[in-house]
Amino acid sequence: MTSRDSPLVLGIETSCDETGVGLVRGGVLLADALASSVDEHARYGGVVPEIAARAHLEAMVPTIERALGQAGLRHRDVDAVAVTAGPGLAGALLVGVAAAKAYALALGVPLHGVHHLAAHVAVDTLEHGPLPRPSVALLVSGGHSSLLLVPDLATEPVVPLGATVDDAAGEAYDKVARLLGMPFPGGPPIDAAARAGRADIPFPRAKAGDGTFDFSFSGLKTAVARWVEARRRSGEPVPVADVAASFQEAVADVLTAKAVAACRAHGVDTLVIGGGVAANSRLRALAALRCEAAGITLRVPRPGLCTDNGAMVAALGSLRVEAGVAPSSLELAATSALAL
Amino acid sequence: MLVLALDTSTAACTVALVELGAPASAAVGSGPERVLAERSAWDARRHGELLAPMMSAVLTEAGVRPPDVAAVVVGVGPGPFTSLRVGMVTGSAFAAALGIPAHGVCSLDGIGLGTAGPVGVVTDARRREVFWARYQDGTRQGEPAVGAPAAVAADLLAAGVRRVVGPGVALYPEAFASFEPVTPLVGESGQPGQPGHAGPAGESICPAPPLLVRVAAAAILDGRAPGPLVPLYLRRPDAAEPRPPKSVTAATEAGAVAPAAAGATAG
Ligand SMILES: [Zn+2]
Repeated sequence: MTSRDSPLVLGIETSCDETGVGLVRGGVLLADALASSVDEHARYGGVVPEIAARAHLEAMVPTIERALGQAGLRHRDVDAVAVTAGPGLAGALLVGVAAAKAYALALGVPLHGVHHLAAHVAVDTLEHGPLPRPSVALLVSGGHSSLLLVPDLATEPVVPLGATVDDAAGEAYDKVARLLGMPFPGGPPIDAAARAGRADIPFPRAKAGDGTFDFSFSGLKTAVARWVEARRRSGEPVPVADVAASFQEAVADVLTAKAVAACRAHGVDTLVIGGGVAANSRLRALAALRCEAAGITLRVPRPGLCTDNGAMVAALGSLRVEAGVAPSSLELAATSALAL
Repeated sequence: MLVLALDTSTAACTVALVELGAPASAAVGSGPERVLAERSAWDARRHGELLAPMMSAVLTEAGVRPPDVAAVVVGVGPGPFTSLRVGMVTGSAFAAALGIPAHGVCSLDGIGLGTAGPVGVVTDARRREVFWARYQDGTRQGEPAVGAPAAVAADLLAAGVRRVVGPGVALYPEAFASFEPVTPLVGESGQPGQPGHAGPAGESICPAPPLLVRVAAAAILDGRAPGPLVPLYLRRPDAAEPRPPKSVTAATEAGAVAPAAAGATAG
């Protein structure tokens, strides 16, 4: 369904520690270039905003050049520029927004400021085609844990159904990984360790039955710490694999149960999962199981498109441009707490 | 040839479109640049919103289309990190999109170049410190540095400097009490004897883009390729390595630098 007449949209994402640049034309991904500062943050156990912002400045233009190179296109082929306007780290967002404005101004093309979470949903259309209206999206990463009702991605704002009231799910992974002596980011090592473990430690499922679509992971993280500490105090070995599997089960259980409940409550038959935690094997497996049982179609982009990237911004920008949505002004602000 | 110059290293956001050619006059302190359009705005928190519309405005005022611009000149600091990055990424992205060179110039030169005799240029570095450099007849002596106002004042006095200029001076009147001010003129910048741009009430000055262009003029006119744009942060990022996980009975957030908790650094 690619059309050579469709506008070429350049997408820029700098809300956290990934400098992402994507090129999309008519629903087709032409380039997806990424520069990550994740290694620079590892020793601090979390993303350091100033380090991320410095890395974005260094990587911004080279990453754009790389994306154009991948697609064999030139600057003047770009018909519109889309950029994450928020939410995210203020100093990091600012670099991407300023770069996007400079490109739009220099090339004389429209600028589209887009919402980071809506872009996480939009990226799935690159792999699985147009999204049924409405759909429900579960977005889980180190920076966000949200359930959204998604009407028309291009023309209507997504509606927040619920979000974490404390830590993001990915943050809980990072903190539990640190407790278990694993590296940052904590998702991959916990997932790997959990494969050899039994999920039989009864860690709490906060807010599981409270009837809301909100999450809470702070208490879970503390419960895991208490359990591990008690083991260490008593001189017993810590069964790392079992702790990882039980923690992961608690997270996946609450996330998928609430996502399915949200679909049911809104009469929606399609669930999209995105964000870095969507790469988690247990979350994917349990979501598949529960969606199948509930007659819900589950859509999860490939892992490389689940984490923050420029393709998702270009995908949403492309939908907006093709729907004739009015562009943003050059005064567009980067808004760290951008509302949906 | 047309040069777009900008600086966001101080509370001001400044842009100028400059025509660069052979020196128009032999007047002392004048350069080879002619200002076609210029904008300045003072709002330390809104560089990101102000800069691109100001660039658009100077281009429109001068009747110039972006592809007609032949080079970009960007102030690379030192300055508060967040606003400094806005100007730097804007300048480099604008240049990259058009396939033209982006030349980085020390922002303090946009003030110091317009001065005569020995002068200290002092700007706000936040956290009770200033960025500074010493100038002799408009030429910077050594690299810019960051320091406590009193220590900077002592260093300048020791080097025989009795006159200071820049937004850092008014911020620390006690430290610079024994100095003579270099009074900026309000209005057009880059004229003989005028160090940089004056703020709305004349109380504060900022780097003048035309002076930044003058610093890079020879390189631009000779068609020399600029080096990479490197920001003059002069400070390492604030980041503490986490301590080993503490007991949950003591605290749960120990040393983790989560995005929400890490807070803003100096920039
Ligand atoms: Zn994200």
